[in-house]
Amino acid sequence: MILKTLLTGVAAAALLAGAASAGSITVVSWGGAYTKSQVEAYHKPWIAKTGNQVVSEDYNGGMAEVKSQVEAGNVTWDLVDVEMADAVRGCDEGLLEEIDSSILPAGADGTPAMQDFIDGTVTDCAVATIVWSTIFAYDNSVLANGPTTIGDFFDLAKFPGKRGMRKNPKANLEMALAADGVAAADIYTVLGTPEGVDRAFAKLDTLKGSVVWWEAGAQPPQLLADGEVVMTTAYNGRIFNAVAAEDKPFTIVWDAQNFDLDLWVIPKGAPNKDLALDFVAFSTATEQLAAQASYISYGPVRKSSAPLVGSFHNKPDLEMGPQMPTAPENFATAIQSDFVFWADNQDELNERFNAWLAK
Amino acid sequence: MGVGFGQVLAVSNLYLIFFLRDVSAELRCCKSTQHLLQNAYECVWVSVRPRLQTAKKIDDQGESDLSTVSKEDGFVVFDHVQKSYDGEQLVVKDLNLYIAKGEFLTMLGPSGSGKTTCLMMLAGFETATHGDILLGGKPINNIPPHKRGIGMVFQNYALFPHMTVGENLSFPLEVRKQGKSEREENVKRALDMVQMGDFINRRPAQLSGGQQQRIALARSLVFEPDLVLMDEPLGALDKQLREHMQYEIKHLHERLGVTVVYVTHDQSEALTMSDRVAVFDDGIIQQLAPPDDLYERPENAFVAQFIGENNTLKATVTGIKDGIASVDYGRGTKGEALAVNCGDVGSTTTLSIRPERVEIGKKSGPNAVDANVLELIYLGDHIRCRMEVLGDDQFVVKVPNSHGHKHLVVGETTKVSWSSEDCRALDA
Amino acid sequence: MTDTTGPLVAADGTPLKRKLAQAMFRSRARAFGLVFPLVAFVIAAFIIPIVALLWQSVHDPRFANLMPLTTIELAKWDAVSPPTEAMAAAVVADMIVAKKNKTIGRVATRVNREVSGARSLFTKSGRSAATLEAPFMEALIAKDKKWENIKIWEGMKIASKVYNPGYLASALDMRYTADGSIVRQEEDRRIHIMLFARTMEISLIVTIACFVLGYPIAYLLSTLTTRTSNLLLILVLLPFWTSLLVRTTAWIAMLQAQGVMNDLFVVFGIATDTDRFSLIYNKTGTLIAMTHILLPFMILPLYSVMKTIPVSYVRAAKSMGATNWTAFWRVYFPQSVPGIGAGALLVFILAIGYYITPALVGGQDGQMISNIIDFHMRKSLNWNLAAALGLVLLVFVMFLFWLYDRLVGIDNMKLG
Repeated sequence: MILKTLLTGVAAAALLAGAASAGSITVVSWGGAYTKSQVEAYHKPWIAKTGNQVVSEDYNGGMAEVKSQVEAGNVTWDLVDVEMADAVRGCDEGLLEEIDSSILPAGADGTPAMQDFIDGTVTDCAVATIVWSTIFAYDNSVLANGPTTIGDFFDLAKFPGKRGMRKNPKANLEMALAADGVAAADIYTVLGTPEGVDRAFAKLDTLKGSVVWWEAGAQPPQLLADGEVVMTTAYNGRIFNAVAAEDKPFTIVWDAQNFDLDLWVIPKGAPNKDLALDFVAFSTATEQLAAQASYISYGPVRKSSAPLVGSFHNKPDLEMGPQMPTAPENFATAIQSDFVFWADNQDELNERFNAWLAK
Repeated sequence: MGVGFGQVLAVSNLYLIFFLRDVSAELRCCKSTQHLLQNAYECVWVSVRPRLQTAKKIDDQGESDLSTVSKEDGFVVFDHVQKSYDGEQLVVKDLNLYIAKGEFLTMLGPSGSGKTTCLMMLAGFETATHGDILLGGKPINNIPPHKRGIGMVFQNYALFPHMTVGENLSFPLEVRKQGKSEREENVKRALDMVQMGDFINRRPAQLSGGQQQRIALARSLVFEPDLVLMDEPLGALDKQLREHMQYEIKHLHERLGVTVVYVTHDQSEALTMSDRVAVFDDGIIQQLAPPDDLYERPENAFVAQFIGENNTLKATVTGIKDGIASVDYGRGTKGEALAVNCGDVGSTTTLSIRPERVEIGKKSGPNAVDANVLELIYLGDHIRCRMEVLGDDQFVVKVPNSHGHKHLVVGETTKVSWSSEDCRALDA
Repeated sequence: MTDTTGPLVAADGTPLKRKLAQAMFRSRARAFGLVFPLVAFVIAAFIIPIVALLWQSVHDPRFANLMPLTTIELAKWDAVSPPTEAMAAAVVADMIVAKKNKTIGRVATRVNREVSGARSLFTKSGRSAATLEAPFMEALIAKDKKWENIKIWEGMKIASKVYNPGYLASALDMRYTADGSIVRQEEDRRIHIMLFARTMEISLIVTIACFVLGYPIAYLLSTLTTRTSNLLLILVLLPFWTSLLVRTTAWIAMLQAQGVMNDLFVVFGIATDTDRFSLIYNKTGTLIAMTHILLPFMILPLYSVMKTIPVSYVRAAKSMGATNWTAFWRVYFPQSVPGIGAGALLVFILAIGYYITPALVGGQDGQMISNIIDFHMRKSLNWNLAAALGLVLLVFVMFLFWLYDRLVGIDNMKLG
């Protein structure tokens, strides 16, 4: 915090003195390997190109801090990396600046931006960068014949031991239904009925008492490494990073993966809105999105980026393509997280989930 | 976090403040000791003198009893007791003390002389480093305090603040498993004994210092111990109350016949109350004697100085004959003194003369010397005269304000004299 | 002097009372001037925000402000008969304005709290509100069938109440309905009472554990020389001086299944390698961690009280024949009670409000009421409910203070 104040202070002083046109923006993201990939692929090139500074902060998701800042009239964040449901909700509640999609550059192959981005990845207030996924993973040095389906994750008889899960109904309820035999396409139809919700919680009940709940994305690889759990849900990029960068013996199970988008949003009244917009346009260009994919296994949202995705940045023989949630072999049973469903039902399901958790 | 750190600071600051306060109190004490002794002497003498005169008669029979208390028939016996706290210095050096049953014995001495340590060893709160302590003929070194059956009065009274007066007194009876009615009876008797019967339901905080002192006294006696220890019990009271309580304690002792070991640094207390006084200094008993002996026949210079007011003169022994020493004051002046504790011919000695035993104006005799009057103070019953004698300008003479006494003038030169028996030749 | 029956006057003839008041005024004014900055600061930085936040637990004008016409119409509705055309017209009119002002999302969020699914209904309908024509009820239903559902209208009616008991009811596991009655929450959504009870339970156990562990330490500290005891106090205070992250990491390293404690248990045969104890991510973890962090709050008041108990009390008791235990229990312990009272109250009240530690090491059954308050503050953004829960907790703590005052006496408490 002090560092941040200092940096902005220095930047402000520089602006006042007119010595340089350099500014500074505060970019907030999820920390760990994910933020590192953004720093490498977005921040550094942007700083090199524009001479501006980037102050990087971490958070654990949600609109709470944005809401506090906007309502207090003291906005310090310029750009935030959020999930789809939060982007939609924040936009509806007037917490976010609208982003004019015309600022987005055309693809490297000349495709106009709006055709280059996958459908639905650019909204009124948000521009997506990546496709990420909630998967589950296990330590293959502990389980030689590891789980292969989501059913195995919920099968305590076949695979005894603790499970790690995110302390949030999202993704857990979907996985529970998938494990209970609901097809990926029908998940939200079933979950939209009270019986479907009961069914999902009943499936979760079978694991209760054997779950270690995590909140920050960096926790699940640590839980696995410590032997605290035998398998855990996680963001696929975190597990990939543990394997690729730290040589951990983890295996990802892609069955019933829940994929979602991460998007840039600008809080209403952000102090450096213009710089933030420039950063958004820069970072969502074809090359930057492709570059990020060489640091972490999250899929770029621009079609034009796909051909440029190569290998892991310091392991030339580790092809990134098959590591992506969108790779065909991983995608067969994938569930797309339904932000409309969650925007409508998260109050009630959170309440139910908390009550269930506390009992 | 703030609380925690603040607490530490506050605690250490408090420590510092207490430390400084103790030190300054100590310093004040030293400075005023001389005044204290002089003042104390005035009142002691007034109160003790009549007693001494009557006591003399008793002493003829009684003194022999106490002076011959032996190890075998002593009720409390310290036998070659030593005590060290740090393994480097002895606080108590080879203490041998035999206390008779029913005796009122006072341990008197300056602070740090070892008297309180002795009391605490007797009570069982300190263990002797060497030697035996016997109570009623049995060694008690290994008996825990609560099994010794010794009553005790503390300097701060140590009345339990959360109990009423009655509960305080009832406490020792309860732990002795006395029945309720018996307890109530004993408590009432003990309270009546100190005239505090009406205060049974009060709390200690609602009582004055003197009242608390009486309750503490009653509490130490309520379970009828054979031995009561008192550790400067009157130290916190004002002067008038202190004198009053001295008599009360004395009378209680006489009435109950309980053995009392009393610790104080106040000589008037010691002289007023005790059968015998053990004067402590430097971990050693300097003299163990009844009060009048202590005053009139001090055996060494420390006791002579510590008890009452005293004129000291330095001299060299030139001969000893029939218990009378011939001394040379130097500058050609010679005299005679009672050879009490002086060395052989040729050694130096400290001569001790009580101010009231000096006569003014008499020109002949073995001890008649010139004196120069420096200061006169009118004190009602006597006049205190400071003069220069044999080079000592602090020589004090008390002139009784009797009919026809000699009138002195400051600056006048006269003769002073004393009898050889009143001048005691002590250790150098 | 001549008139002894009249009021006393000063030398210059003014009444003495007024003269005194004048004289006192200056010293009072000065005293007030000295404390004024602090009073102003406390009011501005503490009292006003707290009152403002707690006010939210019963005051929620959002819907009424953003949907004024609808609010008027809903007030006329009895929540039983079918929604009227006038209500529909008011909704459409309000939605057109709300859409233009970009406040439709807030309305949607508010109603969605009462009825799941209302969010998308409002955001969707808001987009096309301007194109709708009378009769509006049919037009709305034509756009989305959900408008037929009376629950949506009930939800709006509840949301339209400016002074709304719904949040407080919800904090007590009850529900405020459209017809103005308060009923118990459905079984699978009851959570708060249970969490309040668990919070009490955990706080009580932590308080007792702190007392059991802290009393002997405080006694030891009070008997040592100041130098040694200050050194030991630093050890006691160490948890304060370590950062939360270091502390948490240390707990995890110590307590997890493959951690130091469990390894020791296995070595000593207390646990088997395959069946290790769960010491973290559950209630046990919360208890251990909270006892650790709150221990100094018990030890410091105990220590400062014990330091003032003269050694002569226990000696006196022993000289009267009391055994070590009797002397302790009858004489020493009662005098340390003020310290116990202060320490226990301090620990208990701090424990009631703890949330970071349970959040980090509490797992699911080690969560306390503050974790839910935190959840509603930071995640679900339901500040009204958070305020209501906070209010309930505050009232409860006040009640405990009152109870303590009645039982022990607040003046019989020594903090240092």
